[in-house]
Amino acid sequence: MSSVPLDGVAAAAGIEEALPLRIKLAARGLDGTTLLVLPAFLAIVALFVYPFLYGLWLSFQPKDGGAALSNYVRFFSDPFLYETIGTTLRIALPVTIVNLLLAVPIAMRVRLMRRQRILTTILVLPVTLGTVLVAEGLLNYLGPQGWFNRSLMWLGVIAGPVKLTNNYWGVVASLLITGFPFTFLLTLSYVTGIDPALEQAGAVHGASARSRFFRIVLPLILPGLAITFCLSFVQAFAVFPSAVLLGAPAGPTRVISIAAYQAAFEEYDYSLASAIAMIMGLVQFALVAAVLAGRRLLYRGPVAGTKG
Amino acid sequence: MIRDTGLSAKLWRIAIWAATAVFILNLFGMIAAVVTNSFATRWLGTWLPLGYTTRWYVAAWNEFQLDDVLIVTFQVVFTVVLVSGLLGVLAAYALARRDFPGKRAIMLVFLLPLLVPPITYGIPMATVLYRAGLAGTFWGVVLANLVPTIPFVVLVMIPFIEQIDPRIEAAARVFGASTFKLLVRVLLPILLPGMLAAMLLVLVRTIAMFELTFLTAGPTSQTLVVALYYAVFAAGVRAGQSIDAMAVIYMVVTLVWLVIALRFVNPTQIVARAKQEPAH
Repeated sequence: MSSVPLDGVAAAAGIEEALPLRIKLAARGLDGTTLLVLPAFLAIVALFVYPFLYGLWLSFQPKDGGAALSNYVRFFSDPFLYETIGTTLRIALPVTIVNLLLAVPIAMRVRLMRRQRILTTILVLPVTLGTVLVAEGLLNYLGPQGWFNRSLMWLGVIAGPVKLTNNYWGVVASLLITGFPFTFLLTLSYVTGIDPALEQAGAVHGASARSRFFRIVLPLILPGLAITFCLSFVQAFAVFPSAVLLGAPAGPTRVISIAAYQAAFEEYDYSLASAIAMIMGLVQFALVAAVLAGRRLLYRGPVAGTKG
Repeated sequence: MIRDTGLSAKLWRIAIWAATAVFILNLFGMIAAVVTNSFATRWLGTWLPLGYTTRWYVAAWNEFQLDDVLIVTFQVVFTVVLVSGLLGVLAAYALARRDFPGKRAIMLVFLLPLLVPPITYGIPMATVLYRAGLAGTFWGVVLANLVPTIPFVVLVMIPFIEQIDPRIEAAARVFGASTFKLLVRVLLPILLPGMLAAMLLVLVRTIAMFELTFLTAGPTSQTLVVALYYAVFAAGVRAGQSIDAMAVIYMVVTLVWLVIALRFVNPTQIVARAKQEPAH
């Protein structure tokens, strides 16, 4: 930054006022080019920051008057509402953990592959197609007469069809199909960032594959895995279309986003809906903050080996 | 690379590939089930349908007014791509080239809409758009979809612009190019490949963006994915095959653009947006 010497010279000469404002600003990095950031920034402020603050304010303005906190009191005293947090966590946490546990070993193996692109292209399919299509596809595929149940019966694994749709398992299956590729591709980008020389050094010194993974690779990718966990969890926690279409939205898969949607668009209580959206954001934020706080304890340095 | 040859290593390798194969098999099974059902005359309690027909596509096209829905979808998507491309590239240029007070705060504002899931901020946003009388209209849907796409373009373009040598612009200036000429004759040709990639990614993501469109769309501003949701939601009213025919049309629309996008970008770029995150 050139601002310090420039200010110094100006002050010494006693001509600070003589410098045009335009030049003083330009010295701090503010000129016509910097202003190009404004249209995009203002759009996000108007469409994201302002609605968020407005929602926060609105959540303290109950629809039928009353105390400022009455929406939150109502949420935490009505089991039909507060139990949605537990319901959502019961779906989102296991799915995120399973996705991560599957993604790490597969990513470790795929990084050795030469033709990764075919696999990554296949895996990007469900992410691109989106949750609505996956829900519609699974309704048929996992249904009592679907190919999944038929194959298991044909193989003799099960005697009769297993109910996998319109309940907890349907939502879990849809989150595995759309969530696993997301988790995997993020994990793969962290795993491929590790210098293979580090593992080779471990092998030269006689470390087994298991100890190479747990002593060398895992400590290096843990910070990345923490971020991956947060992003995957936040996505899973916000499950909406598949919980309605593939789950039992009146009971076992009445997730928090359904409660917020119903408050807004079925009861037209935007104030309560905003309060639920704020609570949803808070739960996500609390879990992410906890994971990131744990991440501070980990090693976060270069993952490339040093030269020489 | 190191190769383990022990028995347990081999079993472990087989287990990993088996898990991957099971996943891919189920994925393709699900997609194939949708496609098969959309061509089925009658499919109850058998491995394959009794006969095949294409009449469900005609039925779906008429029942769901897919010509209108497709026109709206492409209008929304292309408007979103153009607006977010323009605003995003301008902002990315400023952020890549200048260091100014408050830059970190602005970066945070651009990062948040990508990290917070749409349904969380979508409900307050839809409320604001309803109060402003914009929800249910074409522009309401476009505005809602700009929230994740502008930051996405910004974050994709910043590293791309940073790798362009600023001396090229300085040279253009020395030879007397005005700002407009600099933009059109020098920067735009260099930036075009990156912009194309970013805008294709936005296009693919916007076609599949359900939550924000769902919360803000009215009867005349539904996109294909929202129409599909309503069709599945009200299943039973219409034949399942006709819903699946619509799902296949939706898949084709999405996959055509995905194939085009994959010619220019790496598949991981479609999801791996966390890489731009500051590393601390």
